[in-house]
Amino acid sequence: MNEGKTCEPFWWGLFSAGGVVAAIFIPIHILITGMAVPLGWLAESSAVYQHAWVKLYLFVLVSLPLFHWAHRFYFTLKDMGLKVIDKPLAFLCYGSAVVGTIIAAWLLLRV
Amino acid sequence: MTSTRPEKSQLYYPKMPANWWLRKRNYLLFMLRELSSVFIALFLAVFLVQIYRLGEGAEYYAAYMRTFSSPGWILFHLVALAFALLHSVTWFQSSAVVLQLRLGEQEVPRSVVMGLHLVVWLVASVVILWIFIVY
Repeated sequence: MNEGKTCEPFWWGLFSAGGVVAAIFIPIHILITGMAVPLGWLAESSAVYQHAWVKLYLFVLVSLPLFHWAHRFYFTLKDMGLKVIDKPLAFLCYGSAVVGTIIAAWLLLRV
Repeated sequence: MTSTRPEKSQLYYPKMPANWWLRKRNYLLFMLRELSSVFIALFLAVFLVQIYRLGEGAEYYAAYMRTFSSPGWILFHLVALAFALLHSVTWFQSSAVVLQLRLGEQEVPRSVVMGLHLVVWLVASVVILWIFIVY
């Protein structure tokens, strides 16, 4: 890699996109699956999960905010004094998001 | 690189105590905002288990959803929702600062940009609710 150039813009782009997706779409999903359905306020139709467009949407809904988490968590831990393990920390955070993305794709395809 | 930047050992690195974020209200709010992503990620992990159960069959899925009515899970989702809302509001606030919209010569005030974000958020939430409940 050239000196002075990093791959940070790439991760920042995923962080930013994940921030938008999380801000707009996550609260309503927590409200539906975490409260409205379990408490019996509303009945969910599980057939909706079979739809290809819904699967694609859910893939984006899970994947991008995971990269958002990875970026924030990584920099927060660094701010809290974990600078010494910079590289392993980055690997762990972004790696978890990559693994989560692969798992999400696999789970959605088998529904 | 031929710059005049000093060796790393000569740069000034301020030493911060681990609890610096407890010292001011704004620092604490900053930390809570950063922490919101952890709760969103936790919710998504639980959501992935839900999709796994769905793949096992309708009965497994129904049984799994029933466990969510326990007080512990409701509390978890309440806390996750609170953090998710904190993320939404703070994200829209910072977007309103970053996005400088112009109408002709006039710059659109931040409060209007913030309001537009809230409208998009509300419309998107209603659409998602409709798709997952009514569809």
